[in-house]
Amino acid sequence: MQEIWRALVQAVNLIISLDTEVVQISLRSLYISASSIIIAALFCVPIGSLIHFHDFRGKRVVINVIQTFYSLPTVVVGLLVFLFISRSGPLGGLELLFTPAAIIIGQVILIMPMLTGMTIGALRGVDKTIRDTALSSGAGTAQAIRAILFEARFAVVGVLILGFGRAISEVGAALMLGGNIRGYTRVLTTAISLETQRGDLVLSLALGIILIGIAMVVSVIMNILLQRY
Amino acid sequence: MKTLLINRIRRISIPIVITCLLLGAILAGCAPAAPQPAATENASDQVTAFPIIPGTPRFKIATTTSLYDTGLWNYLEPMFEKKAGVKLDIVYAGTGVALEYGRRGDVDAVVVHDPAAEAKFIADGYGINKRSFAFNHFLIAGPAADPAGIKDLTPEQAFKKIYDAGMLDPDKVKFISRGDNSGTHSKEKLIWQAAGLKYEDVQKSGPWYIEAGKGMGPCLLMASEQGSYILADISTFLAFKSKVNVAPLVEKGDLFLNVYDVIEINPEKVKTAKMLPTAKAFTNWLMSDEVQDLIAGYGVAEYGRPLFNPLKGGGCAEAGCPKLEDYTVPVQ
Repeated sequence: MQEIWRALVQAVNLIISLDTEVVQISLRSLYISASSIIIAALFCVPIGSLIHFHDFRGKRVVINVIQTFYSLPTVVVGLLVFLFISRSGPLGGLELLFTPAAIIIGQVILIMPMLTGMTIGALRGVDKTIRDTALSSGAGTAQAIRAILFEARFAVVGVLILGFGRAISEVGAALMLGGNIRGYTRVLTTAISLETQRGDLVLSLALGIILIGIAMVVSVIMNILLQRY
Repeated sequence: MKTLLINRIRRISIPIVITCLLLGAILAGCAPAAPQPAATENASDQVTAFPIIPGTPRFKIATTTSLYDTGLWNYLEPMFEKKAGVKLDIVYAGTGVALEYGRRGDVDAVVVHDPAAEAKFIADGYGINKRSFAFNHFLIAGPAADPAGIKDLTPEQAFKKIYDAGMLDPDKVKFISRGDNSGTHSKEKLIWQAAGLKYEDVQKSGPWYIEAGKGMGPCLLMASEQGSYILADISTFLAFKSKVNVAPLVEKGDLFLNVYDVIEINPEKVKTAKMLPTAKAFTNWLMSDEVQDLIAGYGVAEYGRPLFNPLKGGGCAEAGCPKLEDYTVPVQ
């Protein structure tokens, strides 16, 4: 139990002293997971809207399938992407394995189902009343869409924060695809895994505390931005 | 009215989706050129700290975990990068996985410690120019009370006794196996064989035999928690000694020799291995007097003895040690 206290102290120390390696690893974590969530959002929010606004045969099945993939294990994503981008795999020529880009690919695939499915849920939550209001006040189509998206913004940003959380906290894909190379693909979670393996439990826990801190800062900033706009 | 709106939304939303997809693809493609977050190091490091896709080729090696977890690679890596003017990317894994990375062409060289698996790797044409650069020993550790009574036996006698005692009373005597096709796991199989037992039988013989499927460090922690016996390499054992509650019980035996080899990936067999000249320079560098002396001194200050022994000067004189030319003749 003593370790938890020592980890807290060490986490604070690492943050105050701006330890070069820890700062780099933290920024890299942030950078990779932010890239993942931005890319995934650019695909998933429109796809989710598309599915939501269209009535088609098997819509329910599609949504069920998407929801099933919420529980995609990170190591399975890691393994599948590994087989594709390994130099003897079909995309081997791109030489992506053991690069930060590989981690981003893995994380994008990992969070896509969740982002798509929950975007549908977010739109469903506001759609009916807004649609009626927009129509009764004689709004045009573009305005109606804007109104729906605007009303759904809290829920959609919540979805994005959740996706970011899953991306920055996953370790399976980052370890398998990035290789935890020092100064290149080492992120917070893989550093934690390595330090645990090396037996430095206090440092592992301290890095974990820093990860939570980053997640907190991101979510606070997003919420402040939301309040303002 | 309602369906009218849905139709209008539908008509507008398709171009929006297509635009967004295109934007996403463009953004993904442009990502490497995006402004880099400010790092705290100098400018040249800033560029290399956050690239998504590397501009220059990087020399990749896969190394066994014991060399990595003990910090030896952290210590040697900057020196080679400076000397060879390349970025050295080190991926760590058990020998079995490291060799698989080599077969798939994902690394340019492997550093491993499993003579039988290495021989097959080379015979299959994947590896060339094998050289040895360091050695140390395995040991059997376990609870200080030593319920199976193995202290100072030979490795094979000790394994037989652990087997017998474990079969008799699995609550008191347990054995933790790496179970991950690592070099240490291969060594364990060899010792079971020398003890006159079949590994496949031992593996399924009862609850006393525990397959962890983890690295050496986590396995030592597990052995410490459960009061189990375990086969470990001396370097990881020393690095974990202060954190675990297991004592070294058997430290002498011909079977305990542990030699670390470097093997280059053969570009004729694995078309994607493009860094052979760097791999050769790397091999020769590991055999150089400079690095051999560094290996001899590594860990002495912290653990009171070296974690790895250099081969330079014929320090390895036991049966099974590499031949002189295996650690002195530079790769051409």
